[in-house]
Amino acid sequence: MAKDKKHNTEIVTKPKWFDKDSVTIPMLQILKEDGSFHKDADMPEYDKELIVKIHDTMQFIRILDERMIAAQRQGRISFYLASRGEEAESVASAAALDAGDMIMGQYREQGALAYRGFTVEQFMNQLFSNEKDLGKGRQMPVHYGCADLNFMTISSPLGTQIPQATGYAFGQKMDKTGKCTICYFGEGAASEGDFHAALNMASVYKVPVIFFCRNNGYAISTPAEGEQYAGDGIAPRGIGYGMKTIRIDGNDVFAVLKATQEARRLAVEEDEPVLIEAMSYRMSGHSTSDDPTGYRTRDEESEWQAKDPLDRLQKWMMNEGWLDKDHVEEHHAEVKAKVLAALKESEKVPVPHIDELINDVYDQPTELLKEQLEELKEHIRKYPDAYSKTSGRMD
Amino acid sequence: MAKMNLLQAINSALDLAMAKHDNVYSFGEDTGGFGGVFRATSGLTEKYGKHRNFNTPLVEQGIIGFANGLASQGSYAIAEIQFGDYIFPAFDQIVNETAKFRYRSGNEFNVGGLTIRTPYGGGIAGGHYHSQSPEAYFAHTPGIKIVTPRNPYEAKGLLLSAIFDKNPVLFMEPKRLYRASTGEVPEEEYTIPLGKAEVVKEGNDITVLGWGAQMEMTEKAVEQAEKDGVSCEVIDLRTISPWDVETVTQSVLKTGRLVISQEAPITGGFASEIAATVQDKCFLYLESPIARVSGIDVPYPLCHEKEYMADHLKIYEAIKRSMNY
Repeated sequence: MAKDKKHNTEIVTKPKWFDKDSVTIPMLQILKEDGSFHKDADMPEYDKELIVKIHDTMQFIRILDERMIAAQRQGRISFYLASRGEEAESVASAAALDAGDMIMGQYREQGALAYRGFTVEQFMNQLFSNEKDLGKGRQMPVHYGCADLNFMTISSPLGTQIPQATGYAFGQKMDKTGKCTICYFGEGAASEGDFHAALNMASVYKVPVIFFCRNNGYAISTPAEGEQYAGDGIAPRGIGYGMKTIRIDGNDVFAVLKATQEARRLAVEEDEPVLIEAMSYRMSGHSTSDDPTGYRTRDEESEWQAKDPLDRLQKWMMNEGWLDKDHVEEHHAEVKAKVLAALKESEKVPVPHIDELINDVYDQPTELLKEQLEELKEHIRKYPDAYSKTSGRMD
Repeated sequence: MAKMNLLQAINSALDLAMAKHDNVYSFGEDTGGFGGVFRATSGLTEKYGKHRNFNTPLVEQGIIGFANGLASQGSYAIAEIQFGDYIFPAFDQIVNETAKFRYRSGNEFNVGGLTIRTPYGGGIAGGHYHSQSPEAYFAHTPGIKIVTPRNPYEAKGLLLSAIFDKNPVLFMEPKRLYRASTGEVPEEEYTIPLGKAEVVKEGNDITVLGWGAQMEMTEKAVEQAEKDGVSCEVIDLRTISPWDVETVTQSVLKTGRLVISQEAPITGGFASEIAATVQDKCFLYLESPIARVSGIDVPYPLCHEKEYMADHLKIYEAIKRSMNY
């Protein structure tokens, strides 16, 4: 076989075309839809304590999502964004990581944050933009962030976190931290230029980053197949950038756990960036501003309902004797009560003081900003009724 | 005439433009059969087919790059960027390509058929990333026109002008008014000239200037000031670039006072550009300093949105200060 010396490329003398069928990427599944294991499956490392924690976190997030969608419908919060159907992806992947690994989310990874220990009160304070919110009430609901838990604050623009993850992981590698970064995004965000820049740079620099693509079938109304991409999903792109790549069943806790455990080892021990494409379905609308009945069918939704990650895990756990109906019901009632209590409490907490408006634009407010704030306060004092959220405590 | 809200007026303009020429295309994220997240493009796929009104993949730089190419080929490309806050991945395509296409080629090529539609502005609990007013970034770039309407009638007439203008146009839609602003709109095609401000109300004591969604605030403030006996001349700039210096300066030469309001932060905003030009052209006629009423220099905040906005009370206070100077 002749080879081009410089590139070590095989030389052919007749046109040889490649297409999307040249590489077909299978999907890892360990736990079948009926709640039993594939017999010959490679298992992740797990024990009862871990699986129960994953389960309880998934259940917590589902209840939180349900309650907060209701709260939005009642006009108590302005906006919400649920992760129903995708809880296995964020929770089980977070469970495969070290608490010191950085998480960079898109905006549907509340499961990973809850797994890290973000409390129901902390969730509520952000959702109500009150003065206890770590983000100081400045961003829309679900834009969580927490330095203590190594969870980077969410930003709405799509895909911007992906190259940032490459950069963050580069720093982790240079500092010899032994930690990695996981970066979540959807199949829609993978169309952004930032995605391509990020994967290419991560491969070139060999940094410890796990790109976790949640392929949930929709970018708001735009279906993945045929309208977001024409190829075989997102996974082949990883190979194009020279990256270790895997496709998994995103509704299978064990597949998510297994793939992310291996990915973390590759990232941290071998400085290999990894792309995981998790196949799932966004069971809820994109957000409370969206109505999916305008672009998809009930039949399609029920087809995916049958693959629900939480139901599937519960079936297996009950068969295994690790879960019983009582625990599910008790935990459900307990979480619901906690969520409702925190909701009522957070609602009463005032918005941040008006002085917070100019903090954090720079490390110190500029003289110009201080002047602008004073003018604003003078104006609010003149019309206290028009600015009732802040006028009550101006000093 | 028909009663329409601002979205329906935009939809009507798109409909008429697509009916007029087969080579008018409309596209963006979720703008296909679904009709866009605000429904501005609803019904267009059914009427003109999925090759005329369609979804793009989720990549703003791609949307505008594609639109530049399509327009340079001679078609009319109407590209939607879902929120003005998300236009920045396309900044290079707009600033270095769209705006310089004609100039750099010595007029061998142009993208005059391009119109970029994007919702902008706050007051909808949108936080940092669904609230911004990015007009000043683009106004700093020669080669692109920037237009923003204040109501449904203006929206339809200005958008039709923008689509068929021989230059690329950034058409900024005040999303706070999408459904809130309604009015009588002709069902047939009509145009409103670009580059021409409108004196919405004549007056003698002070000129109050704004554009887009700020006009609603301005009109409320003026109503209050008129009760105090101040005669206000109200101007809607309509086209931010190139702006109508003549109409504005003629008004200030008459009144001697000017208040400009904008949603964006004050520093480097387009109000500053207007103030600089007006003091140059009307220096000896000014009775008081030109006032800018705007957002302050912080990222658009969620919890302090009400405090942040350049609302009618702040404009009213600026009018009083100017009158009492």
